Amino acid sequence: MTKPKEVLVEPIFEQNPIALQVLGICSALAVTSKLAPTLIMCVSVIFVTAMSNASVALIRKQIPSSIRIIVQMTIIASLVIVVEQVLKAYAFDVYKTMSVFVSLIITNCIVMGRAEAFAMKNPVGMSFLDGIGNGLGYSAVLLFVAVIRESLGSGKLLGYTLMKPVTEGGWYPTNGLLLLPPSAFFIIGIFIWILRTWKKNQVEAA
Amino acid sequence: MFEQYLAIFIKSVFIENLALSFFLGMCTFLAVSKKVETALSLGIAVIVVQTITVPVNNLIYQNLLKPGALAWAGAPDVDLSFIGLISYIGVIAAIVQILEMALDRYFPALYNALGIFLPLITVNCAILGGSLLMIERDYQFGESVVYGFGSGTGWALAITALAGIREKLKYSDVPAGLRGLGITFITVGLMSLAFMAFGGISL
Repeated sequence: MTKPKEVLVEPIFEQNPIALQVLGICSALAVTSKLAPTLIMCVSVIFVTAMSNASVALIRKQIPSSIRIIVQMTIIASLVIVVEQVLKAYAFDVYKTMSVFVSLIITNCIVMGRAEAFAMKNPVGMSFLDGIGNGLGYSAVLLFVAVIRESLGSGKLLGYTLMKPVTEGGWYPTNGLLLLPPSAFFIIGIFIWILRTWKKNQVEAA
Repeated sequence: MFEQYLAIFIKSVFIENLALSFFLGMCTFLAVSKKVETALSLGIAVIVVQTITVPVNNLIYQNLLKPGALAWAGAPDVDLSFIGLISYIGVIAAIVQILEMALDRYFPALYNALGIFLPLITVNCAILGGSLLMIERDYQFGESVVYGFGSGTGWALAITALAGIREKLKYSDVPAGLRGLGITFITVGLMSLAFMAFGGISL
């Protein structure tokens, strides 16, 4: 039996959902050009993954295996609707900038993948922790990308000026490329490179 | 009229490519792009599903869920747009299932070629994303048919191109830590950068 701590910590670096399992890249990349929406995205994903894992684990013995995908989908969709309505009520500006990406948490493969791979076989408590762990692993990559993109791309972080950009009479020439979508791919590619140089066992065979 | 449809088509294929400028359907995009052949059949499946689901979801939104859409049933104040997500994903799952059965019955060759990819399309964010973007832009029915077909085509084009690059990439000497997934990310980044060149076109 695996220990709760391993279940929680392992997905962050050892079994990172983005870097190793190739899950959940879909909806993530477009929101990382600024740190604030990224933080909200991370919290939403952690919430949805943990809750859906717990709910699926709770009824895992009652779900007939032939319709389990639909059942999981309905649970996840309901949770995402909750998140969406809360954001609409309390953080409407951020909700607008994130456009369809909040709703796309439904098809975020991390949520579905963990429900299918872990929650269907494990008790409620462990599944909940696994959900939080995978959410954190996802958040780690997202925050890494967002911090680099916002700080180097506009010289600011969460509205505070770190390096004064040339356009405002400072010294830092902003790197506009980092605000464009393709840069997220380069940064994740480099993140994977760093991670795999550190943890050699994750290197893929040639 | 025709010009407007053409503009939506070009825009959804090149300028607003679902894979390369909205990053939708990335999981499958990265996982199933090792061979051109499989990538192409998946691309075709996405085109078919997208061309059907986007218009169907459009009809559901316009006639049932939109604020005030239920006026024909005598309830003009009802706003059901909050249950949109569940309805769209339900429609997608159902259509994929029906399509699977229909293909199995009438086009077994195509059904076998698509194999496991067909059911997996349900969880492809490009499909749901297409429907959601269509609703955000408030397309009419005709526009939604063109948009569905165009966005599917754009995605198919992108995955086939990536698969072509990856087939060649097998012969190159990539640093150990970057092998596989890492270099694929960087390749997609470069492709996406190239696609941004279309961004200057205004239609």
